[in-house]
Amino acid sequence: MTTQILIAGFGGQGILFSGKFLAYEGLLEDKEVSWLPSYGPEMRGGTASCSVIISDTKIGSPIVNDPDVLVAMNLPSLDKYENTTVSGGKIFVDSSLVARKVEKSDVEAYYIPATSLASENNLPGLANMIMLGYMIKKTGVIPYESFERALSKVVPARKIEMLGANKKALELGYNYAE
Amino acid sequence: MATVFKKPEALTDAPLHYCPGCTHGIIHRLVAEAIDELGIRGRTIGVASVGCSVFTYNYFNCDMVQAAHGRAPAVATGVKRSDPDKNIVFTYQGDGDLAAIGTAETVHSAARGENITVIFVNNAIYGMTGGQMAPTTLPGQVTQTSPYGRDVKTVGYPVKVCEMLSQVDGATYLERVAVNNVKNIRAAKAAIKKAFQNQIEGKGFSLIEVLSTCPTNWGMTPEKSLNWLEENMLPYYPLGVYKDKYAESEVK
Amino acid sequence: MAEKVLMKGNEAIAEAAIMAGCRHYFGYPITPQTEVAAYMSKRMPKIDGVFLQAESEIAAINMVIGVAATGKRVMTSSSSPGISLKSEGISYLAGCDLPALVVNVQRGGPGLGGIQPSQADYFQATRGAGHGDFHLLVLAPSSVQEMVDLVFKGFDLAEKYRMPVMLLSDGTMGQMMEPVSLEAGKINEHDKSWALTGTNCERKPNIVNSLCLQAEELERLNVERYARYKLVEENEVMYEEYLMDDAEVCIVAFGVAARVSQNAIDKAREMGIKVGMIRPITLWPFPKKVLNAAADKVKAFVSVELSMGQMVEDVELAIRCKKPVLTCTRVGGMIPSTEEVLNKIIEANGGAN
Repeated sequence: MTTQILIAGFGGQGILFSGKFLAYEGLLEDKEVSWLPSYGPEMRGGTASCSVIISDTKIGSPIVNDPDVLVAMNLPSLDKYENTTVSGGKIFVDSSLVARKVEKSDVEAYYIPATSLASENNLPGLANMIMLGYMIKKTGVIPYESFERALSKVVPARKIEMLGANKKALELGYNYAE
Repeated sequence: MATVFKKPEALTDAPLHYCPGCTHGIIHRLVAEAIDELGIRGRTIGVASVGCSVFTYNYFNCDMVQAAHGRAPAVATGVKRSDPDKNIVFTYQGDGDLAAIGTAETVHSAARGENITVIFVNNAIYGMTGGQMAPTTLPGQVTQTSPYGRDVKTVGYPVKVCEMLSQVDGATYLERVAVNNVKNIRAAKAAIKKAFQNQIEGKGFSLIEVLSTCPTNWGMTPEKSLNWLEENMLPYYPLGVYKDKYAESEVK
Repeated sequence: MAEKVLMKGNEAIAEAAIMAGCRHYFGYPITPQTEVAAYMSKRMPKIDGVFLQAESEIAAINMVIGVAATGKRVMTSSSSPGISLKSEGISYLAGCDLPALVVNVQRGGPGLGGIQPSQADYFQATRGAGHGDFHLLVLAPSSVQEMVDLVFKGFDLAEKYRMPVMLLSDGTMGQMMEPVSLEAGKINEHDKSWALTGTNCERKPNIVNSLCLQAEELERLNVERYARYKLVEENEVMYEEYLMDDAEVCIVAFGVAARVSQNAIDKAREMGIKVGMIRPITLWPFPKKVLNAAADKVKAFVSVELSMGQMVEDVELAIRCKKPVLTCTRVGGMIPSTEEVLNKIIEANGGAN
């Protein structure tokens, strides 16, 4: 079983951080994992992206061209990657920033107003983790139980006060009911 | 029998390859005497450059490394930082090496206050390659590549290294000396010794610019060369201390 | 085994170097390798090591020469344009018979090029990055764990054969994170009697030098150096085989290209095509023997590269042109997709089965 995940959005939305959290979750579950950022001055029309692969077997290419799971945190990301998502894949959309619906018919589309939820719940900058919590619930790619272990690996010591907020954001997404 | 004069320990027995009348030999001796007198030969590592001084690794009786053209201060930085408490590191560079191709390494090793000693031999010409125009060639001076005399309108002006580096905060000690007569040679010796002493005391970057002759490529007898240095180089490159960080702070 | 941690390739290179006993690093900022320098700048002061940001790539490699001359482990890293600047110093390292580790996290060229991954410095690395007759020992990792292992190996080989070693990586490998186990391997002791440590007035001076104006003598030095290179070729070739037992098509790829090729091979196998891969880990010395032996069994090779086709020349030489060699190349920062490699496999196979 190999799950190829592409997380995409604007620079500053915590795309790379959420990807790193996801990869650490996989690592702690004894899975093979890889994480690859887009780097440098971004060339893809304002989108920053991050490839995460979680697998039971040795990972080949770390580049996700055809994601099983797409997390789209802005419109350019959905425009760019919607059609690369594999048939039967899942697309997660931050509906507070993306007005349109997923047009591709052979995928499962999920909508969550992550950015609005973040500001309503005093979780500034944590729409990424709300998205991720929701994605984890709907895909089961990693178990819910290991949230805290992975968080403690990726939240740096100097920002330890952010641990609780990240956890809250993940739970908010995980428990989100459409 | 009392010995009144002998070759310094810090020089090997290898015969120097320099042309008759060249003042490199004097400068080698002054460096070696300083090393002997300070008792540092066993922990001194020298960095040879490219140009006439390329073979200095055969002449100094201490560990030596030969650097690419202009890169001696960078190599010296590596050697020094390998064991800063023990290693005494000096470079021996000519004007083409230090003030043209190696300008960046010179300026930045000074800016870092690298605790090394730089011996800079300025004879206003490229010697090894046969007398081409150097960054320190005087205005109007004839060389193989300035056959009508250095024309400052097309090739610009000489680089005055001590004056330039005196503006660099990291530099500790800068002095220009000459080896054209006994009085100046004695002053040069004192300056070179001080430059090593500074390093021993951890005071930082010291550079001694030594005005030197090149009878072969200047096309003069050794004696005329000494006169030419005095009449032409000294007015353009005044001797003296251009920076002495510790003396300044004592005065203040 | 040490606990696995998630690390970027560039940071893993730096930490591995420190664990291998490297306490001197000189560099200059350039994308996409800057994390190596950033990591070193954080760690070195805490372990009594030296991190120095040089005024140029040229100065950095010459500082490396200075430390190497004193017999200590030293490293620099850069990306393609910076390696060109270091080439003079790399030639001097080879000419002075000095050990050092030079890391190239490649980006697209020529000229200033781009900042996205590339393997277009293959010629530069394997043909000698600089003037004169010499070789670099070139190591090409294809995972973050292998970066760590090869940094250890690289320092050891550099000292064993007294020659500069290049770790040839690329932007993808440098930027990606994978789980790694950082374990301090055994550090072998090699003869350092040549090192500049000060004579203490007890021995003759040591001289580190590449100048030799006597032609016969310089020839002798070159011949001796090549005798050492022959030992490297005989003893240090490294490669990995993937599904080669029954393969009829052989992919040759290194670094990230090998990772993409693995995906394509798996897909081709699902289609019933017998394809495998020989992944060179040392690019110099190149795994000629195993490729030549494979040429007697397979019907065609495919060289997958992030260049216009450079390694393909070594493949053709290794197999003495016994079988056709196709190329699958993308350049400028682009990476061949699984489908592109798969299509080449099908072509090399003479169609889908």
